[in-house]
Amino acid sequence: MAQIVLDRLGARFTGGEILESGSEHGDEWARIRRDAWIPVAMFLRDDPSTKMEMFIDLTCVDRFGKEPRFDVVLHVYSVSLKHRVRLYCGAPEEDPWVDTLVSVWAGTNWFEREAYDLYGVRFKGHPDLRRILMYPEFVGHPLRKDYPKEKRQPLVRRQAGAPD
Amino acid sequence: MDTTDGPLVPPQHRRVVLGFKDAEDLEAPDLPTESLPLNMGPSHPAMHGTVRMVLEVEGEKISSADIQIGYLHRCFEKESESATWTQVFPYTDRLNYISPMLNNVGYALAVEKLMGIADDIPERALFIRVIVGEVSRIADHLTCLGAGAMELGAFTVFLYALKAREWLFELLEEVCGARLTSTYLRIGGVHFDLPPEFGPKLLDILARTRIVMSDIGKLLERNRIFRDRMDGIGIITKEDALAYGITGPVGRSTGLAYDVRKDHPYLVYDRFDFDVPVGSVGDNFDRYAVRVEEVNQSMRILEQALATIPAGPFMINNPRVALPPKSETYNSIEAMIAHFKIIMDGIHVPPGEVYSYTEAGNGELGFYIVSDGSGRPWKCRVRPPCLPAVAVLTKVLPGLFIADVVPTFGMMNMIGGECDR
Repeated sequence: MAQIVLDRLGARFTGGEILESGSEHGDEWARIRRDAWIPVAMFLRDDPSTKMEMFIDLTCVDRFGKEPRFDVVLHVYSVSLKHRVRLYCGAPEEDPWVDTLVSVWAGTNWFEREAYDLYGVRFKGHPDLRRILMYPEFVGHPLRKDYPKEKRQPLVRRQAGAPD
Repeated sequence: MDTTDGPLVPPQHRRVVLGFKDAEDLEAPDLPTESLPLNMGPSHPAMHGTVRMVLEVEGEKISSADIQIGYLHRCFEKESESATWTQVFPYTDRLNYISPMLNNVGYALAVEKLMGIADDIPERALFIRVIVGEVSRIADHLTCLGAGAMELGAFTVFLYALKAREWLFELLEEVCGARLTSTYLRIGGVHFDLPPEFGPKLLDILARTRIVMSDIGKLLERNRIFRDRMDGIGIITKEDALAYGITGPVGRSTGLAYDVRKDHPYLVYDRFDFDVPVGSVGDNFDRYAVRVEEVNQSMRILEQALATIPAGPFMINNPRVALPPKSETYNSIEAMIAHFKIIMDGIHVPPGEVYSYTEAGNGELGFYIVSDGSGRPWKCRVRPPCLPAVAVLTKVLPGLFIADVVPTFGMMNMIGGECDR
């Protein structure tokens, strides 16, 4: 359905910026090299044959045990041409960062904050990278696979030596 | 787009019809003031949902707004990762808890797409999904309209809307046994068939709901207080709707004619005749009007669906997905083992990734699911439709008055369960 988007991307970016692409269950996807994240997004939004003017979703996947460990996942949609595409951008465990897309689609702001909050991926150049769902004192990033589900972090800690 | 109607109420007519002054005449002169931080929430009587707004105000005028969500975060994704695929259904009920059926539908379609069994779902199950989904959509819109009006002082409207919503919830209770936490859908179909006499009862409720909607319209649409606080307040442009990813009634109020049911039909929506209402200004009144019209369109869909629903099975005929009938479970060892395997191990979903989207009460409800083939979701992401609508408030609120926060926020219909997950 959106094969034209992948074709256009392949024709425009020939320097190895598109690491991989394919189609799965009717969803077209492409894996983007980290340094080409913003140019590819800009191109998809502005090119008349792709016209991805609508931001849909941005999240992250923890592929624990694989390299790169984190994948930032972006879904964008074209209202006028009625096609959508999924883009991945990998971020290694040691220094997980990806460029922010706030300048391309303003709506990515809160979604990037959420990905930062829950996965600890930093978005370079983000204007306001705070936690969004968890509270500021929270330690760690709860959706990482190595964060135990049972772990409790009460906001108000019990005083040492206080009776039960 | 030829499927959509024109603007509901042309903006140039509104104030003329009602004899209102132009907005410029009403504007107060700029007086020198000192900026003051003002906390609204997290628990505030005029805001439905637990959300905190830190407003910077100069006099009555808002100069900046910081909206803090997350007070209702319940670890939906983290919990889903350790549940079987079927056990995620109860969690989805609690996303948008006004219309849980629509969340059930979104999740079921996503898993079925990943399993590649979407074409094997029996026809009757598809119709039942449409019917319970549209009933939920009406309940969702009624709640938003009623609560939005109540926050402006129209308590009667709230009671009328809740009265009609209660009829719908009681009907859904007959279908699945619960008013809100339905858990009605299953991967491959629905849990029960519709109860007897469901169709006539629903038609009767729709007729009564039409009267309620007409009463609500009479109470509000020419009401000076209501119109003064809705018209031209909280305007969102179409460009912002696109950039922020705002869909659903809020997106359509800006003139963005995007409805998943129409643009990418799922279930059997392509067989029904219905219109997608769009607004022209993108203000609070447009959001109100779009929701009112969507209730009418949902009723049209329901009437057509009830007239054409086929008889037959309501669950997929695939022993790896569907539980065997109880009579077999208790009387044959094979069926009992099949039952045990599906309950304890869960349904086997092949490895892969999928993004599936449906039109929920607030817009495009997306499920981005990653499976590693282990029997549990590796990741079960919800794309909450009301999060972008709340996010855009940081841009919309500056320049408005404190009193405008209430109707503007009300018409965004933030549902904490869905926004914070």
